[in-house]
Amino acid sequence: MSTDTDTDTQNLTLVQAVRDGLRTEMERDDDVIVLGEDVAKNGGVFRATEGLYEEFGDDRVIDTPLAESGIVGTSIGMAAYGLRPVPEIQFMGFIYPAFDQIVSHAARLRTRTRGRFTCPMVVRAPYGGGIRAPEHHSESKEAFFVHEPGLKVVIPSTPADTKGLLASAIRDPDPVVFLEPKLIYRAFREEVPTGDHTVPLGEAAVRREGSDVSVYTWGAMTRPTLEAAETLADAGVDPEVIDLRTLSPLDRETIVDSFEKTGRAAVVHEAPKTGGLGGEITAILQEEALLYQEAPIERITGFDTPVPLYALEDYYLPSPTRIEDGIREVVDF
Amino acid sequence: MTDVFDRDPDDRVRILDASGELVGDPPNLPDDELLALYRHLRLARHFDERAVNLQRQGRMGTYPPLAGQEAAQVASAMALQPRDWIAPSYREHAAVHVHGLSLSDILLYWMGHGAGGWDTDANVLPAAVPIATQIPHTTGLALASKLSGDDAVACAYFGDGATSEGDFHEGLNIAGVFDVPAVFLCNNNGWAISVPRERQTASPTLAGKAAAYGIDGVQVDGMDPLATYTVMRAAVEKARAPGDRPRPTLIEAVQYRFGAHTTADDPTVYRDEAEVEAWRDRDPIPRLERYLRETGCLDDDRVDAVAASVREQVSEAIERAENTARPDPDAMFDDVYAEPTPELHAQRAHLHRLRDRHGDDAFLRD
Repeated sequence: MSTDTDTDTQNLTLVQAVRDGLRTEMERDDDVIVLGEDVAKNGGVFRATEGLYEEFGDDRVIDTPLAESGIVGTSIGMAAYGLRPVPEIQFMGFIYPAFDQIVSHAARLRTRTRGRFTCPMVVRAPYGGGIRAPEHHSESKEAFFVHEPGLKVVIPSTPADTKGLLASAIRDPDPVVFLEPKLIYRAFREEVPTGDHTVPLGEAAVRREGSDVSVYTWGAMTRPTLEAAETLADAGVDPEVIDLRTLSPLDRETIVDSFEKTGRAAVVHEAPKTGGLGGEITAILQEEALLYQEAPIERITGFDTPVPLYALEDYYLPSPTRIEDGIREVVDF
Repeated sequence: MTDVFDRDPDDRVRILDASGELVGDPPNLPDDELLALYRHLRLARHFDERAVNLQRQGRMGTYPPLAGQEAAQVASAMALQPRDWIAPSYREHAAVHVHGLSLSDILLYWMGHGAGGWDTDANVLPAAVPIATQIPHTTGLALASKLSGDDAVACAYFGDGATSEGDFHEGLNIAGVFDVPAVFLCNNNGWAISVPRERQTASPTLAGKAAAYGIDGVQVDGMDPLATYTVMRAAVEKARAPGDRPRPTLIEAVQYRFGAHTTADDPTVYRDEAEVEAWRDRDPIPRLERYLRETGCLDDDRVDAVAASVREQVSEAIERAENTARPDPDAMFDDVYAEPTPELHAQRAHLHRLRDRHGDDAFLRD
């Protein structure tokens, strides 16, 4: 993993790292502007933008009317003009009014103008389940955006990566959908480099080296996957766990290299199974490394149902037990 | 009733002043209806207090309180007939209860049970949690009623923030073009989470937006139950029995959210307590109580009896909700389609195998 870092660090949660990443990039570049619902005076409903309004003022941290399509569409105009807007959508489940703006315009402004206009914008949104939230607050629909050419899609799983990937996304010349795993916004702390810190887009991270089976995951599913991997390790199975970090473009090299070593694979995601990224990763392995394959590839995912209200949420989300069970299916084949 | 509509958008309809003094013509309601109105207000307030406490005690998930907004919800819903439709937002607990949802079903929804609120014959759509999406649905319900030759009216409930969404514009525009029997009731409570009404739109009123769609727009004191009832009733009658005026109406019911946006919100970060206190002086419940005491409808004994009966009703609803077993995980796979797909059958069977193999405790985190 190549990173560009200062030596000082701070012990931060993931949501604090979002804030620190925004603050650092806003200090570095006056063109970076944060806008969205409740991001300024309230500091964001998860406090991801806390203090930025006080520090940078209302020209750079903007409370908008309640209008997702308007927020993203306005950001596209600002980006085309030359600014670097970072719009926040309060929950991923509320991003759909902005879908048209993201896929019909942000994703293809460069193509349609042959590079005359571009869209260096980062749409931030908390995603995913597990916090007993009301309906529509637990969506994990990253595949919608991965499917759209012209967009990049990033999901961090650690505080240091959050800051580094967010910085890279903001500096990237193309639009990025940056999805934040709210389940682990405050789950743990990590040393995060102070000041300038980037983690390159498009590079996966090997979280646990192993030789028996490659397990691909991202975001909030990384921790239960690592927990399952350790349980299996105690039982003599040695999984490799790969945190993809960037879902578009995928790090095909790391994905394939691991599989060539293990010959077995599982994908863990909380999004529904059908049309989810598990299928894409499986296809990459079939295309690139078919002759290494020793077992069917297992998809350990959310079910093909709307995310249930929270009384049944624990059955919907892949748990360490379910992940362990799925990996065993692959290993025992 | 035409004077309800022949007025400027900022000429707010009011019948009771903040202290409960009569300042307009009261609606022609029999005493039992007025008492029912009062009891529903008290019920809504008490339900809300208990619901907030259930959340604080960990017995319920995130909950959006309605305190301060009872009059607009209760009085408007009482002006509807059972054949009429409501398309609510997520804060409309009192309106949907008046229109037929049980309190325990409302609680079950916020307790995370999938079936919450849908075990009913009432003409109430599921609460719209995204903002403003129910407004075009209301237009559609009303258009269907019109095309079917029925006289049912459809009413959307939404907040001030919703007027900034595209769906507000599209829904009202289509309603105007097709002259449908719809009422669009905007519960303007002053705040969309932390964003005040003034930052939501540069328009001086929300009622005034109706002009852009060629429909009627009226502003009413939404904390005055008699005024809200009067305006809503006029709008419903106009929708049901078309005359010279457009059938759709946009009502801006001006009110205030006493509490937080939801139990996950801290309003002290963005608004002053003095503002909250000023609005508490317009509390709809003592206002109506004073009026009903003066007309002889209420006395101390009756007020006490109402208080006791709403306490009992809410306690029973909570008990029923809490005694409802956690839904079977199979319920997740039901009702995705009329007939589950082969893949859904396979996934349900897979979850069964996992539960058999590992036990339910391996899945549940709390």
